[in-house]
Amino acid sequence: MKSLSEIETVSKRASRAAGYSWGVAEEVAKNIRLLEIFNLPGIKNLNSFFKKKKEFKLENISLINKDNETNKNEYCPIIVGVNCLDQIRTLESLSEITFKKVAFPLLFLPFISRASEVIGKRIFLKMDDREFLLNFNNNIYSNHSKNEIIESAENIYLKVLENRDSFEEKEWNELYKLSEETFVEENESLKQSGAGAGLTDND
Amino acid sequence: MNISLRDPNIVMKLSRLGSFHQSKLSFLRSFLKEFKDWDYKKDLFELNEHGYGIAVYSFKKKNRIYSLICFANELDENERSDRVIATKWDAAFTLFDGVPAKQDIERLKNEVPKQEFGRLSFKELTLSRANKSVRVFNHVVECLSNGVQPDRELLDKVGYLYRTTAVYGSGKFGLADRFRIKDRKEIYGPFRLEMMLVYLVRQFTFDQVNHVAKNKNTKKAVKLDPEICRNLGIGNSTGLGMAPFIVNHPTLLNNWISARETSLKKIREIKNVSKEEIELFLDCLKKSIKNVTSWNTESKYQIIKIKSLLSDLNKFITHLDKEFNFKQDFSFNEMYLHLEKNYCEECIEYVVSMMMEPFNDIVTPLIQEMSSEEGKYFNIPTDRTVAELKTILENKYSEILDIDFSKKVNNLNFWFISKNKEEPRLANRFDESGADLEQPLAIARDIKKLYDLLLISKNSWTIAKFLSNNNELRHAVRRAFIIEKFPYSEIQDNTIGHEIIPIDMLRLKLSFFGALKFDPRSDKWLRICMFQGAPLPEQLKNYDEYWVYN
Repeated sequence: MKSLSEIETVSKRASRAAGYSWGVAEEVAKNIRLLEIFNLPGIKNLNSFFKKKKEFKLENISLINKDNETNKNEYCPIIVGVNCLDQIRTLESLSEITFKKVAFPLLFLPFISRASEVIGKRIFLKMDDREFLLNFNNNIYSNHSKNEIIESAENIYLKVLENRDSFEEKEWNELYKLSEETFVEENESLKQSGAGAGLTDND
Repeated sequence: MNISLRDPNIVMKLSRLGSFHQSKLSFLRSFLKEFKDWDYKKDLFELNEHGYGIAVYSFKKKNRIYSLICFANELDENERSDRVIATKWDAAFTLFDGVPAKQDIERLKNEVPKQEFGRLSFKELTLSRANKSVRVFNHVVECLSNGVQPDRELLDKVGYLYRTTAVYGSGKFGLADRFRIKDRKEIYGPFRLEMMLVYLVRQFTFDQVNHVAKNKNTKKAVKLDPEICRNLGIGNSTGLGMAPFIVNHPTLLNNWISARETSLKKIREIKNVSKEEIELFLDCLKKSIKNVTSWNTESKYQIIKIKSLLSDLNKFITHLDKEFNFKQDFSFNEMYLHLEKNYCEECIEYVVSMMMEPFNDIVTPLIQEMSSEEGKYFNIPTDRTVAELKTILENKYSEILDIDFSKKVNNLNFWFISKNKEEPRLANRFDESGADLEQPLAIARDIKKLYDLLLISKNSWTIAKFLSNNNELRHAVRRAFIIEKFPYSEIQDNTIGHEIIPIDMLRLKLSFFGALKFDPRSDKWLRICMFQGAPLPEQLKNYDEYWVYN
């Protein structure tokens, strides 16, 4: 079994060899490590992407918009990903973002997972029919669990989810009431002696 | 009195970093302190009459066990090489997490001796190999088998029976990743498991030499005197492989230096240093001179450094004995100011290490701060602005920004990874090919490039906008935001200029390991000795923590 340290080192060097700057290669290395930790096929997809990268022309994108569509070739998942990560604080206000035609979209995913941690919000990501819920870069829920190479996504949809409770107020109150049963009812004596601070702030 | 931390522009210069010495913060000393009350055991010792076979040693506390597995092999004389190109060694070692089962030992028997070409697993923590100092080893065997102790002068001169040529950890070749074990309190200090491996290897060398001598002459043989054992360490040959480490781990480097600088600051801030503390400092300082006078090297560069260190130390001690007033307030601060003003860098840093000796209360808590969660600082804060980044560069790299990289002398070398050994190397970019595959270790040059780009960018741009068109300098942007928080994270020097002495980078790291007697064999590799004078495993429970000076 390869260690994560080996996965990171080899991914970094391979990304540099594939033509990315050292700084971007560092990002890719962290991402492949992440994918492998989440049991997603990072090495498999990166290797396949680099093998095919020379064959087709990829579109780069500098500034990400609400809807991003390329007329000609597919977007490079790494350059799109780096820019999404860098610009996430601006993109957050757009709430929903779409991309048409992205090559090897699984390589784009960890950038968004990390972006979720940066803004402290969950992000819902859909790559054609594959759905992912990215939870602050701590874990990923998905309906996709195949150990496969995904060469392309026709449509990518990304939605920043607002932080809100997953439960009703009534459910909270019921649980809170139960938690109160760990508290001690204070009699007069405990009121006088139990608190650390004085009873008046005018002393 | 509030003393400022020393300026990174002074401390982080290569010549200063290359003058560092072992101290109370050093990893091998903090390792001994941490493991002193663990149970040590020799679990297995199956060597043949020539000393070849398998041995296992362990440290145990409650349910935690670390086992060193040693494989000693026969090696033809012309196969023995300390260079990284070697493929066979006298012995190979791995530190196993727990108690190895027979199947583990069988598996490792095939893998560990192959080193870089073998595959380890998450059950193994560190990996190493070592070669005999044949002259010394054979001499010791000869003497012991004849019932006499070996020539101490020879042993003192060399200092070890074996020298390691690499110690690997943190996920290399399939070893356990750091994240698997990072929450274990006993290994909070950096490189603790590497230190454990080297320490147990040292014991193996004594057991092996005794075993071979005994088998050579069962009736007459005697064991190597424990006092002689104590004065032997483990040698180590270190090449450029270590140099990029300190560039590639900026927050870790910061935490090492910061612990040292914070110790010094706090010591200088003590108003009244007690009589006992002064006596302990002077005692360590004076006794330590023998580590300098017995420091053997053929390197002219190092001989000059040792001479000036010894001369300065003698002057300094005379000054302390005859003129210096330890009764004045803030006497250690006064002493430090005198040092900075009058002595060479090697002497200043030597005494700084000594100044820590009496102050366990200050130094010990800082040892816990010397590791780093580097991933936490990886993301670039892209909502910051170009103006802010420019200010960081101006404040934190002020001297770097003055270097003119269009001059050949300042841009002479490049760092690369050799294809055959996957190890870092340094070469002249104008004489050799391969500069197009340069590693990102020319930080000074790249910071300067970044600054020049920032000068023609709009101050109000966010870093996200700046990077959208300038990702080729992304690694430099990341470092700049790291140094903003971690002032000692960067070498404040040019690592590709004509004056670079790579062994300065090695010495910095090795001093934090706790190495003694740096012996440069060229400007790119050196030999050192570790654990020389350290207590033996069976003496650990009541050891003297000032053993370095005894």
